[in-house]
Amino acid sequence: MSAAHGDEELGIAAGEASAGTRPVAGARGPDLGDPLVECLLRLGDDRLILGHRLSEWCGHGPILEEDIALSNLALDLIGQAASLLRLAGEVEGRGRDEDALAYFRDGVQFRNCLLVEQPNGDFGVTMVRQFLFDAHSVLVWEALAAGGHPGLAAVAGKALKEDKYHLRHSSEWVVRLGDGTAESHARVQRALDDLWRFTGELFRRDAVDEAVAAHGIALDAAAIRPRWDAIVDDVLARATLVRPADAGMRHGGRTGRHTEHLGHLLATMQIVARSHPGAAW
Amino acid sequence: MLTQDDALRIVGTVPDPEVPVISVVELGIVRDVTVAPDGGVAVTITPTYSGCPAMREIERDITAALTAAGAPRVELRTVLAPAWTTDWIGPEAREKLRRYGIAPPGKAEPAGLITLMRARTPVPCPWCGSRDTELRSEFGSTACKAIHVCRSCRQPFDEFKAF
Ligand SMILES: [Zn+2]
Repeated sequence: MSAAHGDEELGIAAGEASAGTRPVAGARGPDLGDPLVECLLRLGDDRLILGHRLSEWCGHGPILEEDIALSNLALDLIGQAASLLRLAGEVEGRGRDEDALAYFRDGVQFRNCLLVEQPNGDFGVTMVRQFLFDAHSVLVWEALAAGGHPGLAAVAGKALKEDKYHLRHSSEWVVRLGDGTAESHARVQRALDDLWRFTGELFRRDAVDEAVAAHGIALDAAAIRPRWDAIVDDVLARATLVRPADAGMRHGGRTGRHTEHLGHLLATMQIVARSHPGAAW
Repeated sequence: MLTQDDALRIVGTVPDPEVPVISVVELGIVRDVTVAPDGGVAVTITPTYSGCPAMREIERDITAALTAAGAPRVELRTVLAPAWTTDWIGPEAREKLRRYGIAPPGKAEPAGLITLMRARTPVPCPWCGSRDTELRSEFGSTACKAIHVCRSCRQPFDEFKAF
């Protein structure tokens, strides 16, 4: 496929359509600010938004054990996000802590990838989304744990252990559902086909990635890609699922251009903190 | 004034809020206890999991115990590296866990390895000792536990996950 057809950036219209986000006129090519802060926000926002998505399952899991498991994953991810956003606030030096960054930024200021903000769908959709993310996340943490930024390496070393458990869990569910009944197979194949277009964004490299390399943060997408491919291909083969073609890839989350789903998520996540600023419970 | 040994002993009386049969020191999350010349105590702790919801309660409990013992001020610090591992739980604490009905953790996996679809060694039942047990879920009532069921005595039980 051609690059032009394989890679599409979301227009600002999607951001405007979402509740709780403020459209920014001519936001193409926005000033990305301090690259290190941007990098930490990207890592933190991925985990905050996915953690919130998973928390939406609390009380709705298909079985009790899985309900508990999804809440455990959510807790790990939100804990990781808190560490990353705290670090981002410290580097930024404008007095914003992790709560300020989580609850008092609008949609266009969020830097998470589009994959994590996609709705939960059925359990199969949630597990496929989780698997695609986890397989990437363990490789990112592995690189960062060995990296030259001590604060980030400490977070990464800890998160790597957690996400290995996550990946094992999501892989096993993808296999169980893919290699399960005709119904479960059809559903996870559809989930994979739907979510695949958000995977390209995980491997895009831009000026932020180039700049943070100077801080010893070497997230080499080209090195991570083949290892991610190997994990994904292995699990999909065991699951008897077909890997979709890399067509119509979407991106934009890293610069604040999100799908319509993020605004709705933020409206729920931020309402209490914004309605009662400074409240403690 | 508290001596170094006093301070460490007092912190060692603070139970883990989620698994109260072992102390926070036995759990391995207390990394350092230092008494300053003025008697103030600095305690360095590390979380078990990034999202462990008990950390604030643990900080409060440690502060309360040291204050009750006469420390004029208590300072809590959190470190993330080196990352906590269940290998820091000693043999005595493991036996306490087992008697409490929680299967103690096995050896933590070496860092960096990603073992998918690994064959799991059955975890011995803490109630009857049988190895005829089955993993029900890798995520249990708290972040640090997995749920198993024993086929011999038919009891469900928690396992402290190797981490
Ligand atoms: Zn038994």
